[in-house]
Amino acid sequence: MPEQLLFAMEVTLNGLMAGVLYALVALGFVLIFKASGIFNFAQGMLVVFAAMTLVGVQQGQVPFAHLINTIFGTKVHDFGWTVPTFLAIIVAGAAMVFVAWIIEKYILHHLVGQPDIILFMATIGMWYFMHGFAPLMWGSEVMKLDVGLAQGLNDPVLNATEALFGYGFFLDNLDIVAAVIAAILVASLVLFSQYTKQGRAMRAVADDHQAALSVGISLRFIWVLVWSLAGVVALVAGIMWGSKSGVQISLAEVALKALPVLMLGGCTSIPGAIIGGLIIGVGEQLFEFAIGPLVGGATQAWFAYVLALIFLIFRPQGLFGEKIIERV
Amino acid sequence: MFYREAGDFKTSYREDNQTFPIRLDRAGYWIALIVAFLVIPFFVNDYWVNAVFAPFFIYAIAALGLNILTGYAGQVSLGTGGFMAVGAYSVYKLMVAFPDVSIVFHVLIAGGITAVVGVAFGLPSMRIKGFYLAVATLAAQFFLVWLFNKVAWFYNYSASGQINAPERTVLGVIVTGPNTEAWAKYLISLVFLVAAAWFARNLTRGMTGRKWMGIRDMDIAAEIIGVNPLMAKMSAFAVSSFLVGVSGALFFAVYLGAAEAGESFGITKSFLILFMVIIGGLGSIFGSFAGAAFMVLMPVLLKNVLVGVLGWPTALAAELEFIIVGALIVIFLILEPHGLAQLWRLTKEKLRLWPFPH
Amino acid sequence: MKMKKLAAAAVATLMVGAPAMAELVFPSLSYRTGPFAAGGIPYADGYADYFTLLNERDGGIGGVKVSVPECETAYNTEKGVECYESTKGMGALLYNPLSTGITYQLIPKATADDIPLYTPGYGRTSAANGNVFSHVFNFPANYWNGASAAVNYVLSLNNGSLEGKKITLLHFNGAYGKEPIPTLTKLAEKHGFEFNAIPVDYPGQEQKSQWLQIRREKPDYVLFWGWGVMNQVAIQEAANIRFPMENFIGVWWSGAEHDVTPAGAAANGYKAVAFHGVGSDYPVFDDIQKYVVDSGKAAGNGTNVGTVIYNRGVYAAMLVAEAARKAQEIHGTADITSSMMRDGLEQLEITDARMKELGMEGFGPAFSVSCENHGGPGTAAISQWDASAGKWSLITEFAPSDMDVIQPLIDADSAAYAAENNIAPQCK
Repeated sequence: MPEQLLFAMEVTLNGLMAGVLYALVALGFVLIFKASGIFNFAQGMLVVFAAMTLVGVQQGQVPFAHLINTIFGTKVHDFGWTVPTFLAIIVAGAAMVFVAWIIEKYILHHLVGQPDIILFMATIGMWYFMHGFAPLMWGSEVMKLDVGLAQGLNDPVLNATEALFGYGFFLDNLDIVAAVIAAILVASLVLFSQYTKQGRAMRAVADDHQAALSVGISLRFIWVLVWSLAGVVALVAGIMWGSKSGVQISLAEVALKALPVLMLGGCTSIPGAIIGGLIIGVGEQLFEFAIGPLVGGATQAWFAYVLALIFLIFRPQGLFGEKIIERV
Repeated sequence: MFYREAGDFKTSYREDNQTFPIRLDRAGYWIALIVAFLVIPFFVNDYWVNAVFAPFFIYAIAALGLNILTGYAGQVSLGTGGFMAVGAYSVYKLMVAFPDVSIVFHVLIAGGITAVVGVAFGLPSMRIKGFYLAVATLAAQFFLVWLFNKVAWFYNYSASGQINAPERTVLGVIVTGPNTEAWAKYLISLVFLVAAAWFARNLTRGMTGRKWMGIRDMDIAAEIIGVNPLMAKMSAFAVSSFLVGVSGALFFAVYLGAAEAGESFGITKSFLILFMVIIGGLGSIFGSFAGAAFMVLMPVLLKNVLVGVLGWPTALAAELEFIIVGALIVIFLILEPHGLAQLWRLTKEKLRLWPFPH
Repeated sequence: MKMKKLAAAAVATLMVGAPAMAELVFPSLSYRTGPFAAGGIPYADGYADYFTLLNERDGGIGGVKVSVPECETAYNTEKGVECYESTKGMGALLYNPLSTGITYQLIPKATADDIPLYTPGYGRTSAANGNVFSHVFNFPANYWNGASAAVNYVLSLNNGSLEGKKITLLHFNGAYGKEPIPTLTKLAEKHGFEFNAIPVDYPGQEQKSQWLQIRREKPDYVLFWGWGVMNQVAIQEAANIRFPMENFIGVWWSGAEHDVTPAGAAANGYKAVAFHGVGSDYPVFDDIQKYVVDSGKAAGNGTNVGTVIYNRGVYAAMLVAEAARKAQEIHGTADITSSMMRDGLEQLEITDARMKELGMEGFGPAFSVSCENHGGPGTAAISQWDASAGKWSLITEFAPSDMDVIQPLIDADSAAYAAENNIAPQCK
């Protein structure tokens, strides 16, 4: 096979892997958007907060150490123990549920029935709050995240493709793990929303708040539930991205990548988020591979958005979005 | 008691429809203008201009621009940073190419160029609506920044891609470059802001503004009663981008003096200005001012209180700033969901009745 | 309006609360928060701790205490402006903003205000031409020296010939990352190697396609200009594609402990250009431990002492202090102004004997600054990361860079700036 074709195949494969992660982040948005019509701008900060909490708990760091030291003149830094990874993940997950509960109780509860733009604005407020709160709690240095996930070149894939095509494909172990976990997560979320009582209630709320309320569904419970789910999704995304780079505030930028995925897939569709993520993951890698060198590279910065724009011109509600029906 | 409309009789439609129908408001407006133009310039120093007034005025122009598009015409835009970059790079190329022309014209032409770019990126709004439109403007944001970073012609082939504002004058007074006096910097920003606010106010209360609001409230209905959606949306994009471009030009030439596309005009800038508009109040001229003031002045004020007065370590103060701004946004929302402008309107309503509420 | 009054009150207190007289003020525009905090914290700590050491041990510089008011910029240019303006009034003698963006901003401003800027190893490279940039100093080395030092090092590995070799620059897609491109292009012509540049956009969390490209093109060496999260990701990705780490050479801003530790053992052998010594094996660090950290006066929590970026902060502070001493000597007064400080920087002379006196023997090169040359000697060494020992060590001596290539570039770029801004040469 010609070399260029092999390269393109390798790039496509890696694009799919990246796409799965985009889909995962986008999923966090879709869950909340479907259930409450809120576009959650703070999702990226949830990722940072979840990952920081995980590492902080794992390393036995004292929360708010800097603040405590400043006020009381002490010199505390960590408790001197480390927590097993599994336990730390559970604690971090619990923390995200707690965050969801706080958000519902102190913010969303007071804003029921307000227009979407107001709720969006509230998430801006949360973004600011957490931008300060997360580093205040855990510090702003790079935190090394190690939950025992394998990283680096996958040898079976390398050897198999080497034998088959004479060119070994690169595939990151971490990406493979991430893809598998994301796939499991997505599948279980779909099953959850289709086949459980809470899942059905969630969809009912998404359809019509008032109708759902009138048949006895607790809006508060559903909101806490979807925000918790979004928090857990954020934790998983945080682990995947943080394993590569360490945990730091710039992880929040990852969430921006979810925007074109959402637009492309349609804000309200779980399958849309997945397919959108894959299309964008593959699309931007292939474009950078084929066209990037001609125009000086770094095209990933905008390609996803232009791609989404082109799709939207032909399908204004996104690939899987609900058809927009307009009446006067 | 003091703030009332009793005895303030209107004898013509013109009087009834004026921007400040209450006498006290009118007086307040004139006093504010007089103070701003004739008093403050004699007292400002570098700190006040560079840390407070210049960013406030220039962001307020951008917020006015975005408010026209998002607040009045209902088209969500996340491309403000990119459009500001167009203004900044246009004014840079113009300043270097035509050093003898007054900077005022450069800024206005830069606004014009931005308007053309804005209309081009606004075209998809014919088909894409609501939140999905944000992606079109995001494409503009990222593509424009990438373009200014990549094409060396825009930054005159300097090694690093930074642009520097050379010294230029208005009527013999230096207004750009390092030797600008504080008052000159203050006045040039203020003049552009007042002109922009006057322009925006008069457009939005006239025929054009009504068309925009029709499109915002329901575009199909507006079309049926005879508003041409193409013209209305494109004019909103053009006017909005013009103001944003002017703001970008001033941001680079007057305020910062040096800029780089990715750092100064990144996506965070787009969000910041959107936040100003939303927090200030969508569809309100006053809201644009209030939002810009909140987002620019609040962090400076908090920093000065926390670090300067309380003597906290700078890192803690920076984190607390975020926490406090975030908490304030949420608290404002819970108390008054429609932004600072609505809060102001309500305060005035209450004041009219005070001290006899019923 | 109420807010403004409050702000006025706050500013007033700030001004009053600030040290009034007979203090040498060196504001530190630091960033302990935001996306680049990991690099900003140790630098600010080192910078402040060295001055604290001078205060505690020697009673200041020439008998005058030093104060280092900190102002948080979060690496944001607008906050940088605010910080500059708010600290300027305290009698600031010199600024060291540790951000290329803020430096560009301050070059014209500080020059007009007659306050020198000191930007060691960052900022605008062509500021090395003191004839045009009268108030900007970037000794002992700049980005172009760094690029050349890396190429020289690679040359020495290949017996002086790079004919037919391939070198790729992976760089931050912004002012800082684009700086070395002209130099490397020229050096590629001179030495006959093939050069290409691959940009990474801010923040650099996602570099998959860049590294796939490197894997396909198989360059012999990869040079690296990154900062923030981009460093950690690049080193991890290099390990992932099994790029030989010893052929991966970062600039000095991409070679700190926190850049390599997230990748663990896989980062072993990664190299970085350095313009000062590494480790805490110098007497000055014992003094810092004794006078500053142990007495609880450290700016940070004391754990950063001896790390690469902390050392850079100490080194910068040391050179600033020496320049202040020089200024006191020239002008015969202990209480110097920013204008005198500028003269001190311009006539600074660092000898090996003086370095030894300061407890920093071999930490940096001996050099002298002149009116024309604000860039110093441009010497640099190569350091390498040993993952099992968990430390950096220098593997070469400080060696000069290729000024035959760099000087014309400096002259051209500064001439363009001078023409755009009507600057007359300042040196006679």
